[in-house]
Amino acid sequence: MLTLKLKRVMKTGVFAVSFGIASTPIVMSSSAQLDSVEEVDVVPRAFAYRMAGDFSQAGRPVDAPLVAVARTSVLHIMKQQVTAAEYDRCVAEARCMSRPSSGSSGPNLPIVQTSWEDATAYASWLSGKTGETWRLPTDEEWVFAAGSRFHDDALSVAASRDPSMRWLARYEKESEQEALDQRPRPTGAFGANEYGLLDLSGNVWEWTNTCFIRQSLDAMGKPAGASIANCGERVVEGEHRTFVTDFIRDARGGGCAVGKPPSNLGFRLVREE
Amino acid sequence: MKLSEWIFLGICALALGSTPAWAEADLKLPRERITLVAPPLVHAHDQIAKSGPKIVEFKLTAEEQPIVIDELGTTIPGMTYNGSIPGPLMVVHEGDYVEVTLVNPATNTMTHTIDFHAATGALGGAALMMVNPGEQAVLRWKATRAGVFIYHCAPGGSMTPLHTISGMNGAVMVLPRDGLRDKTGKPLHYDRVYYIGESDFYVPRGDDGKFQSFTDASDFLPKTLELMRKLNPSHVVFEGKVGALTGKNALQAKVGETVLIVHSQANRDSRPHLIGGHGDYVWETGGFHNPPEQGLQTWFIRGGSAGAALYTFRQPGIYAYLSHNLIEAVELGAVAHFKVEGKWNDDLMKQVSPPRPIPPDGIPQVKAN
Repeated sequence: MLTLKLKRVMKTGVFAVSFGIASTPIVMSSSAQLDSVEEVDVVPRAFAYRMAGDFSQAGRPVDAPLVAVARTSVLHIMKQQVTAAEYDRCVAEARCMSRPSSGSSGPNLPIVQTSWEDATAYASWLSGKTGETWRLPTDEEWVFAAGSRFHDDALSVAASRDPSMRWLARYEKESEQEALDQRPRPTGAFGANEYGLLDLSGNVWEWTNTCFIRQSLDAMGKPAGASIANCGERVVEGEHRTFVTDFIRDARGGGCAVGKPPSNLGFRLVREE
Repeated sequence: MKLSEWIFLGICALALGSTPAWAEADLKLPRERITLVAPPLVHAHDQIAKSGPKIVEFKLTAEEQPIVIDELGTTIPGMTYNGSIPGPLMVVHEGDYVEVTLVNPATNTMTHTIDFHAATGALGGAALMMVNPGEQAVLRWKATRAGVFIYHCAPGGSMTPLHTISGMNGAVMVLPRDGLRDKTGKPLHYDRVYYIGESDFYVPRGDDGKFQSFTDASDFLPKTLELMRKLNPSHVVFEGKVGALTGKNALQAKVGETVLIVHSQANRDSRPHLIGGHGDYVWETGGFHNPPEQGLQTWFIRGGSAGAALYTFRQPGIYAYLSHNLIEAVELGAVAHFKVEGKWNDDLMKQVSPPRPIPPDGIPQVKAN
């Protein structure tokens, strides 16, 4: 049962709202100095962004449009995914839910089996701790920072009245990738991309803040009519792009779903100036 | 059975093991030697027998090796026939004689045997096939009943569930000599056959909440027995591993093709369902002289048996074939995929209006062409 408690955190003299499952002990933080978060500054450049969501033209599913984006400000993004040790500090201060049993163990491993809600709670805690504004990246920011590690989910299948063409194409595409061992690996194991970010598109999929959208396009490929957003589902990026319900922590049991489910759900954050 | 009874049986088996040479020539029948293939594929065979009964020769080798059962690398001490889980499907006709050589290489550490549910006598043959490491035995049994029947290792006591569940199980398909038929006697032919063997594993978690891995059967037995006794599997999978029949290993078919799906579960009940398809003709209990059920959504494979379902694919796309306890399918691994190519059939299904914003006044907006 969830319990809500107001506590005075002795060292900082600030009231901290804490919550926890009755079986989880609530531990007072020792308020150890937070290690500075390693960041990468990704400098502005123009790039082509494949939008995320379900797009259709004349009622038939099509690939998402590729839009030209000219970013003008530097993106400050974490060099690596948030680790289990870092996440544990948030748990110790009762600001994050304790990791489920199938999570990673060991300090230098990315925290996995986290939901969008978990990631958001961590970002809020980190912001409070550092006095900065940390949040999940938007999908556009993630793709911008990922560079060559972004796996375009366009299928290049001509619009058809036969719905199976896209299903088969997506299945084939996602099956092409070698099945990776799902056990989380130490930070850095999947190497750096051209901007210095570690472990993009390894066996950890990363949450973004971007909601699933459905948008119809006109004959020219431009949005026609309002888009419907479902913020109960967020874009998740990794070996391939997918959409996951925001409170799901373990999407491995893709089961019936068409295509390959994410092995692990983790995240990294961006810092707003 | 008590342990003493098992030992007595074992001694009798050893005493009866040697056969006088003259008994070998009692059947004057042609012989055919089959090279088995790993599931989900099945060795080539005639559906309708082209000649009279024969002696069909198969060879099975008991293998003890660690196996990985999921994508987390969870490892258990596996035991298999011919290195695959399930063991290979053997296909013969009713009236044929099955002659199986069971080899237990000296590199193994345990006694193995085989109980054929299709056979008659000697505990399915297990009492006559107990082979220690370094031994082999040959058993010939008459396929008197048409159907799909499991086989599994049965050394006695706790070894029987341990060996069976660890992977030593497979199936035999005994076809009627004139092939499969529906309730009116109309012949049923399949273009492809796939054999799916479902396994339930019982793997403990450590204090860290992760599945423990084992390479030694003696370490594994007490821990897995504890979970087995709760009848609560940690994994329910096809072909021995989560995801074994998905991705690059998804099963394939074409629109218009008729596929026979043989499904065995040597230990535990299962309820196969083909999402997006049906069982056109299903021999749910496995006996081919029972008229098949027609037009099913989900069928039932009793633990300790096998069944067969015939389906002609009618739509292209991706299908999931799973045990329709959705927890077992999604959370424990009991799912396979079919990739089917062909032309979409609008008559069977058509999306009249794709998902779009709900109009304010309830009048439908522009429809899909």
